[in-house]
Amino acid sequence: MAYRLGVDVGGTFTDLLLLDSAGGRFWRHKTPSTPADSATGILTGVAAICDQAGIEPSAIGTLLHGTTVATNAVLEGKGARVGLIVTRGYRQVMQIARSFVPGGLAGWIVWPKPVPMAALQDTVEVDGRIDGQGAEVAALDEASVRAALELLKARGVEAITVSLTNAYLNGDHEARIGALAAEIMPGTPVSLSHVVLPEMQEYERTLTTVANAAVRPVVGRYVRSLRAKLRDTGMQGRIALLRSDGGLMSSEKAEEHPVSLLMSGPAGGVAGALWVGRNAGLKNILTLDVGGTSTDVALIENLEPRRTRTTEVGHLSVRASSLDVKTVGAGGGSIATVPELTGALRVGPQSAGAVPGPAAYGKGGVLPTVTDANVVLGYLPENLLGGAFRLDRAAATAAVQTIADALGIDLMAAARGIIDIVNENMFGALRMISVQQGYDPRDFALMGFGGAGPLHVNAVARLMGSWPAVSPVSPGVLCALGDATTRMRTEAARSFARLARDTSEADLLGALETMAAATVAELVAEGVPEDEVTSLFEIDVRYEGQAFEVPMTITPDVLRADGIAGLLARFDEEHRRLFTFNMASPHEIVNLRAVALGRTLDLPAAPLEPGDGSPAAAKLRNHELWMDGRMQPAAIYDRAKLRAGDVIPGPAIVVEMDSTTLIESGHAGTVDAVGNILIRPEAH
Amino acid sequence: MPATIVETSTVPFEKVAIDPVTLDIIENALRNARVEMDATLVRTAMSPGIREQGDSFPLIADRHGRMVVGQFGSFIGGFLDGYGGTVEDGDMFFLSDPYSVEGAISHSNDWLVLLPVYKAGRLIAWTAMFGHQSDIGGKVAGSMPINAHSIFEEGVRIPPVKIWRKGEYNEDLITLVMHQTRKPDWCRADLNALIASCRVAARRVLELSERFGDELYVAATEELLARNHRAMKTLIASSIGTEPVSFEDFICDDGMGFGPYRIRCTMHREGDRVILDFAGTDPQSDASINFYLNENMFKMFFGIYMIMVFDPAILFNDGFYDLIEVRIPEGSLLKPKFPAALSGRTHALGRIFDILGGLLGQRTPEFLNAAGFSSSPHLFYSGVDRTGQWFQLFQIGFGGIPGRPMGDGPDGHSLWPGFTNVPNEFLERYFPLRIERYETVPDSGGAGLHRGGNGIHMTYRFLEPGIVAIHDDRWFVPPWGVNGGAPGARARKILERADGSEAIVGNKLEDLAVEAGDQLHFITWGGGGWGDPLLRDPALVEKEVGEGLVTAAGARAYGVVVGDAAATEALRAEIRAARPATAALFDRGPEIETLRANCLAETGLPAPRQPVWRPERAAA
Repeated sequence: MAYRLGVDVGGTFTDLLLLDSAGGRFWRHKTPSTPADSATGILTGVAAICDQAGIEPSAIGTLLHGTTVATNAVLEGKGARVGLIVTRGYRQVMQIARSFVPGGLAGWIVWPKPVPMAALQDTVEVDGRIDGQGAEVAALDEASVRAALELLKARGVEAITVSLTNAYLNGDHEARIGALAAEIMPGTPVSLSHVVLPEMQEYERTLTTVANAAVRPVVGRYVRSLRAKLRDTGMQGRIALLRSDGGLMSSEKAEEHPVSLLMSGPAGGVAGALWVGRNAGLKNILTLDVGGTSTDVALIENLEPRRTRTTEVGHLSVRASSLDVKTVGAGGGSIATVPELTGALRVGPQSAGAVPGPAAYGKGGVLPTVTDANVVLGYLPENLLGGAFRLDRAAATAAVQTIADALGIDLMAAARGIIDIVNENMFGALRMISVQQGYDPRDFALMGFGGAGPLHVNAVARLMGSWPAVSPVSPGVLCALGDATTRMRTEAARSFARLARDTSEADLLGALETMAAATVAELVAEGVPEDEVTSLFEIDVRYEGQAFEVPMTITPDVLRADGIAGLLARFDEEHRRLFTFNMASPHEIVNLRAVALGRTLDLPAAPLEPGDGSPAAAKLRNHELWMDGRMQPAAIYDRAKLRAGDVIPGPAIVVEMDSTTLIESGHAGTVDAVGNILIRPEAH
Repeated sequence: MPATIVETSTVPFEKVAIDPVTLDIIENALRNARVEMDATLVRTAMSPGIREQGDSFPLIADRHGRMVVGQFGSFIGGFLDGYGGTVEDGDMFFLSDPYSVEGAISHSNDWLVLLPVYKAGRLIAWTAMFGHQSDIGGKVAGSMPINAHSIFEEGVRIPPVKIWRKGEYNEDLITLVMHQTRKPDWCRADLNALIASCRVAARRVLELSERFGDELYVAATEELLARNHRAMKTLIASSIGTEPVSFEDFICDDGMGFGPYRIRCTMHREGDRVILDFAGTDPQSDASINFYLNENMFKMFFGIYMIMVFDPAILFNDGFYDLIEVRIPEGSLLKPKFPAALSGRTHALGRIFDILGGLLGQRTPEFLNAAGFSSSPHLFYSGVDRTGQWFQLFQIGFGGIPGRPMGDGPDGHSLWPGFTNVPNEFLERYFPLRIERYETVPDSGGAGLHRGGNGIHMTYRFLEPGIVAIHDDRWFVPPWGVNGGAPGARARKILERADGSEAIVGNKLEDLAVEAGDQLHFITWGGGGWGDPLLRDPALVEKEVGEGLVTAAGARAYGVVVGDAAATEALRAEIRAARPATAALFDRGPEIETLRANCLAETGLPAPRQPVWRPERAAA
């Protein structure tokens, strides 16, 4: 039972990566995704990869899965019909939201207002009131609750959400409504806001609870179907899902708390980057996950990815812990345009998507995309390895020529312009998570993955000053790799909202330890041996009066040793790093979280056979590409034939099944001991 | 007496050619820097006005002070023209007095920080940001007394001064300023936040000029402005006629019993240039509703509206300014004479946008929006709680967004860029308040094919005795509908005393004493409707009745009888037969004199009296 299977379901392909945790060997497989029921594609992939490895599905000890099922349910509005119960006077909490209209001055003229996730007809009010300090002002009127539930029952809602004003301080009324709901609507799932998110801010708490309730049935159906199908193949091992924050949770827990899955997809890539980083000896990494329509970036410091307390999905900002992944609408399918009035060159955020796709794909697309520019410049060879997929160079040229004509420049300059602009957009996203957070990108390596990451990673690293630029082993299935190699994680959160000077260490530690005990018990219940569980505390601190808090991660031992004073000193330091100043105002301890973590798997990458330093044996052919304003001779290499220690001088292209790595002129790529290509400027 | 720019290097900036790709990269990078300014400010400011609501405005300008990225246009030109001192490397400026900068900021609550960015002895850029301070001293908490007769009653006035002089911090200056406010903790944090934002942007500009070279960076800012100039020139030629078009609208009252005040603007094109003339606007008020409108700021408003209405793909900057001429009569409501009070300028500021919409859309009704950018309702509540602590709240509310060509106006949303509401749980946790109701007002959005957004009904229950002030408008003159859409409902405020008695209170009001247990119903206006309400799908109207956004009675304005298709059919026919064959472009509701006659009956408040001006002001 030593096999771990990572599965990442993307929009186009389902990637699988099978790890033999004893031998360190791995197998990878790609199969088309089956959007109607992703489980079908997964099962096809499982059969194929087991075949490849010569094992039975029953040999798989754990299946680890990153999924966008929850994300898509939100984005496509395909969640369950949710009935919402709120405090009298707050029926329109989802309709008014935060009153925010994006787009700057006069942006309201062109803003399409999204439809609330819980319909107003399915939102009902009940009487009873908790005040801003958590005290009951008016008792819960059970008659109004019964009437509300009967109404929702009659309307045919599929799930119930209860979100009462100030429930984050006192959940008694919500709990009572939950009990009545179980009586009146047995079998209908109920989400209570003080359980899902015991934090201040009625709109955010309600939205998060509604989102959770809306995706629960969808995720539940999916997980149960997947589990049943896997069991049918004889696979009896554990099934775990990847949370937005990069940890794993059991599929049963995921059914209850699917709002933690909204960034499951991108989290896989970051988890994979962590594994690669550990094996390549890189501790500080910026990730660049370039897909067809968008690019996800994240920051890893000292092998710990940065997390945030909000998950952004489409227009929704849900309060759930998530890796701090920023997404920018720049990918291989991003379309280049030259608006008539300004004559400026714009790339994205519109995308040709998979259909019609870039002109070079020959599926009917005619608009110039980033992929087409890469083809024109010679960065993407027409005939990809395997030969199954041939790019249409003539169509790409015709598409990019329209940009050249509109700008009055030549074809190659236009193509390079498109690449420069899209790289700049990626650069902008990377700056937001690095420079803007007070990090110096020169202290980080940049790792490019996803289909097109390794094509852009060298150029973007040049903009960032982040070396080496890394093209990891099997960049196309890094998400699946991450799914397979990350660890269990769970957390509990609550509001604290007290001034530090009014808080005793005993109170603070007492609250945290109660939460820690619950999270540890949860992991133990999921089968993690107790001696493998480690606990961490996260404490949100701010200066009294600020709106944003800084999350401080601290181990129980350090908190006991340094006390609150030590915590505040670290906060001051962090605040100065982020914002350049400190304040004399008192500190406020806003929220507490306890995190329990399973053991990190010690899975070394399989070593690559050492070579003689020359990549000559892997060379496929000579090539020519446009770089630095001229056509240059280059070479194309087969990644599978590269050996450890090989040094590839730029300009060069390294091809493999599902990805292409570009090494620019003036740079060289070194193959490390496990097969990653580390690109550096030649002067380095 | 313009400012003296001191540069230790006299090497002129070379004209260098710049390729379009590099240009776009620099523009993109500057936009990112601006986003970064906002993020820095919101995360470190403390007053709810800035941190929760986002009442602040960043910009990055070229070396001449012209805005390259930002949103309200540059306030630097006004500063440079009015400042008599030097600008040197290591300086940072601070100011709040509108009269010192030609109205570039429009009331003393807005604190502006300006940072000249030097590189190798030459000025290469400016970064700047202003933010609304919740209290700057003066006669009332919140420092915006509607009944002020001069700016001296409105708190501390800061002329352009240097916080940093050649790198040396002027602590005494800040100590002096902070001594004037009731909330020095908020002001100090907010000022720090403004400074940090400007510094972040300056760092980005320096990095960019390092990366591309100083000459190229400066050339790029020139070209970005020129590119915008070319785009706007084309847009103006195709969208603005040579025949004059006029539009007028009103501020309901001045809080002192007089009103309404007329704002009128006439637009025409002469060659490439658009002339915007405010002749016909009423003279300045003796109260604080005056809005010192900076000509350049109005050019930017105009430009942004042009872009948003006709071609949202264009990015805006100051490059098009010489294509526009703005004429504002001296001594008018929009160019009052010193020392006129200015703190209540938000109503006229909002109304300017309705006027722009009305002006630009007249010739192209398919692009016309209804009215609703009507005000920025303020609530102030202050006092001493039972533990002896001073509390003070300044909160900005929202109304209904107007019906638009693209669809319904959102209910209870913000027309101001970047603004959000304050979470009620935050209010209840940190202020002696309970928010008993927070919903929109059914039927308050004007009926139309595209319904106007509903206004908000927010009920504050005060838990401590205190003093309340209210600033709102659109309670007397309704927000107009267009293309057959009906006007939106008007704002109103009701005080429900703990003993059960009720009183209608004014929409511009100072010093209202409230007791623990009293409730204030703060009700804002709805947006005007767009298009013929009889063309709205009856199923949609019925759905909105079920949602509580429209009442069964209100559905009749759409010719809909809930649950009865035949009756709907009949009612629609009846309404069609009774009304003129073609709808007027604008539906403003009744004439002003009719509104006046019915005011007490309809609003519960006495009608405002026609303002009377001293002869030297009457002719403006």
